[in-house]
Amino acid sequence: MTRDEIIAGLAEILEEVAGVNPDDVAEEKSFTDDLDVDSLSMVEVVVAAEEKFDVKIPDNEVQNLKTVGDAVSYIESNA
Amino acid sequence: MAGSRIVSLGHYQPSRLVTNDDLAAIVDTNDEWIRDRVGIATRRVADTESVADMATSAAGKALAASGLTAADIDMVVVATCSAIDRCPNTAARVAHRLGIAAPAAMDVNTACSGFSYALATADHAIRAGSSRNAIVIGSEKLSDVTDWTDRSTCVLFGDAAGAAVLTATADGEEPGIGPVVWGSAPDRGDVLKIEGWRPYIYQEGQAVFRWATTALAPLALQACERAGVASTDIAAFVPHQANTRIIDGIVKRLNIPNAVIAKDIVESGNTSAASVPLALSKLVERREVPSGAPVLLFGFGGGLTYAGQVVRCP
Repeated sequence: MTRDEIIAGLAEILEEVAGVNPDDVAEEKSFTDDLDVDSLSMVEVVVAAEEKFDVKIPDNEVQNLKTVGDAVSYIESNA
Repeated sequence: MAGSRIVSLGHYQPSRLVTNDDLAAIVDTNDEWIRDRVGIATRRVADTESVADMATSAAGKALAASGLTAADIDMVVVATCSAIDRCPNTAARVAHRLGIAAPAAMDVNTACSGFSYALATADHAIRAGSSRNAIVIGSEKLSDVTDWTDRSTCVLFGDAAGAAVLTATADGEEPGIGPVVWGSAPDRGDVLKIEGWRPYIYQEGQAVFRWATTALAPLALQACERAGVASTDIAAFVPHQANTRIIDGIVKRLNIPNAVIAKDIVESGNTSAASVPLALSKLVERREVPSGAPVLLFGFGGGLTYAGQVVRCP
């Protein structure tokens, strides 16, 4: 799966969980500051991403996922 | 074998109302943030009332509505994690004040899931023939274990008590309390704790949220299955009142389209072991659930512990 495909998948999740406009989703965007995803929505994003990308994202890893790019890299190397 | 059923309910909340704006005056928070993250608008905070005082008030109301008298009660079980006094336990204090002469009296501490644990324990005692009429109470004074300088936790909790009177069902009568599904995740217990001295509530919000919204729905469905009730027939769902977003997250994973969903958290905050009987008592008082209808109770939280069962609405 390419980085662009992962971004597209994350954008779908972000739209469903937190109402984020898919056009706003890009690697450098911060979940909290740019996309307005709060800490609990972030958990929902992570749970949905685990299912979609067949990857485990433990609780202690969630706090390291600051930007969309962080999440893409984590999924890319762990899926 | 005879089962048991809930005859009546009662609840008590302290008179002092604390709004989100009141809290914004003492810590850096605001009404919008609290409503958005946890869904709480107000909570009640006790001044002089103790856990036993609130438990006695709630149990007294339930007993008065039951048609039974103190002399009929042979068991008192109190779910609490915030009682300061260790001995005599809260159950004995309540029994003495209600004039219950010689009951089996015990406190059960499984934090927020406590009421469902206590309800199951009393139901089991009745099934075993060790009790005939029991009072089960959830009572918490969380304001005693709240760090009022911690904005991440002090906005969450409230004080309250709720109680139910149980009686043995007659031979051939359907049991009114279904089999309990209970358990815990002790390996992750430290994400929500009240420990040490002087103890304060500590929680890792994201970890608790994740556990609650992913692990619990299948267990709640198991409680329906064990009771022989289709989830689509559930008339009301009364989960522990911790966060409206947790409640919504669980409901999304249950197929309960015909259920009234208890959201007493909006007005009462998180009252730990008191939240389920408090919310159930209010639903019944407002006649939102018909008598005899199946209600799914599900407690979860500190520890981490959980317990749930389907009960017939009194």
